[in-house]
Amino acid sequence: MQLVVREVACRRGARELFRGLGFTVPAGRALVVTGPNGAGKSSLLRLLAGLASPVSGSIQLEGAPEPDAYREQVHYLGHLDAHKLALSASANLGFWRDLLGGVDQSSALEVEDALEAVGLGGLGGLPVAVLSAGQKRRLALARLLVVERPLWILDEPTTALDARAQALFASLARAHVEKGGLLVAATHAPLDLGAGDSLDLGAHVAHSAPVADAAAGEDAA
Amino acid sequence: MTRAFLALVRRDLALALGNGGGAGLGVVFFLAVVVVTPFAIGPDLNLLARIGPAILWIGALLASLIGLDRLFAADAEDGSLDLMFMSELPVELAAAAKGLAHWLATGLPLVVAAPVLSLLLNLEPAAIGALCLTLLVGTPAVTFLGLVGAAFAAAFRRGGLLVAVLVMPLTIPVLIFGVAATGAAIGGTVPFGAPFRILAGLSLGALVLGPVAAAAALRATRE
Repeated sequence: MQLVVREVACRRGARELFRGLGFTVPAGRALVVTGPNGAGKSSLLRLLAGLASPVSGSIQLEGAPEPDAYREQVHYLGHLDAHKLALSASANLGFWRDLLGGVDQSSALEVEDALEAVGLGGLGGLPVAVLSAGQKRRLALARLLVVERPLWILDEPTTALDARAQALFASLARAHVEKGGLLVAATHAPLDLGAGDSLDLGAHVAHSAPVADAAAGEDAA
Repeated sequence: MTRAFLALVRRDLALALGNGGGAGLGVVFFLAVVVVTPFAIGPDLNLLARIGPAILWIGALLASLIGLDRLFAADAEDGSLDLMFMSELPVELAAAAKGLAHWLATGLPLVVAAPVLSLLLNLEPAAIGALCLTLLVGTPAVTFLGLVGAAFAAAFRRGGLLVAVLVMPLTIPVLIFGVAATGAAIGGTVPFGAPFRILAGLSLGALVLGPVAAAAALRATRE
């Protein structure tokens, strides 16, 4: 399975963020997207998550079991944690497990185990409203574990996480990649996410000159 | 897919019935409308009995619209809506699940409260029965038509008024036939069945078309 991005252009309002962007993420590799604020990292990740459509170009998950259901292969962790504050941590997680989980979830973790894995063991009964920002982020990370999906799209996954939680996240990401998963993350933190490449969107911003379909994806880490 | 549908219904019900949920709001509004009406109309029992069904229906209609503006907007603001698009559950069914949960939390209590409030308006037993039946059949139509407005409200900040403006005209037929059926039950020129069947038809149509239109609106308003 590999994520293939060809000639993708993205426009936000009247401004063109990038165009002619192409890269490939094979199974068992991570791609770290970097770039200055406003370079289009989040927009690119929304495109990769299937939540927005590119102006031109194509994004495909080649070799996926169900190529038509692209979004069902993808985990998207955006800036927003998508928790309901009034519900307990385990109720939130259980809901996403039921809503996002497909037919075969045999290898995904149970809610309690996932909470344990992100260091929230014993806090499952608390309403999310009383959790700290870092704990909410950990709970959002736990969502990646309760549903098994091959492609992880993570937008600043380590926001609000302390050093230990960042290391914990990196180890979860490495485990996912080593299992043959794919991972695309936008992050400023120097994280070791396992074997992978990096893509500097800042070098790829479409100012006025057309940018050749190169640069990206070739600078292996 | 059934599991995902039920999970969404359960979560929305838990949110509506829990602390800070809006489930009780509709009933309180309904109560307020019906309680102040006799004071405004005056102590004419015959007049109250005649316009009672209409007052109750107007109250129920407006109460059904309460909370609809937050139905998708809350999910859009905390990022849940994005993830709902990534489920195997089609957006149409997700909208239907949210509509069902919203009706169970706000519409059904109106139907339950209606007989008690009918007494305040001097309705006779036959009218109370007919009213409850028409509300039971008609309020889902209002909620599911309201899904369309709720979907648009998610895309625009401060979309509360938008829901009322968009949805009200669509609900007028439901109101007309709901009140007509109740009126027919307590004597009139047409039998109860004629307007009631039209009301049921409107409701069935709304149950199907509402989620489809809401899903289309959600898709169209996502950049």
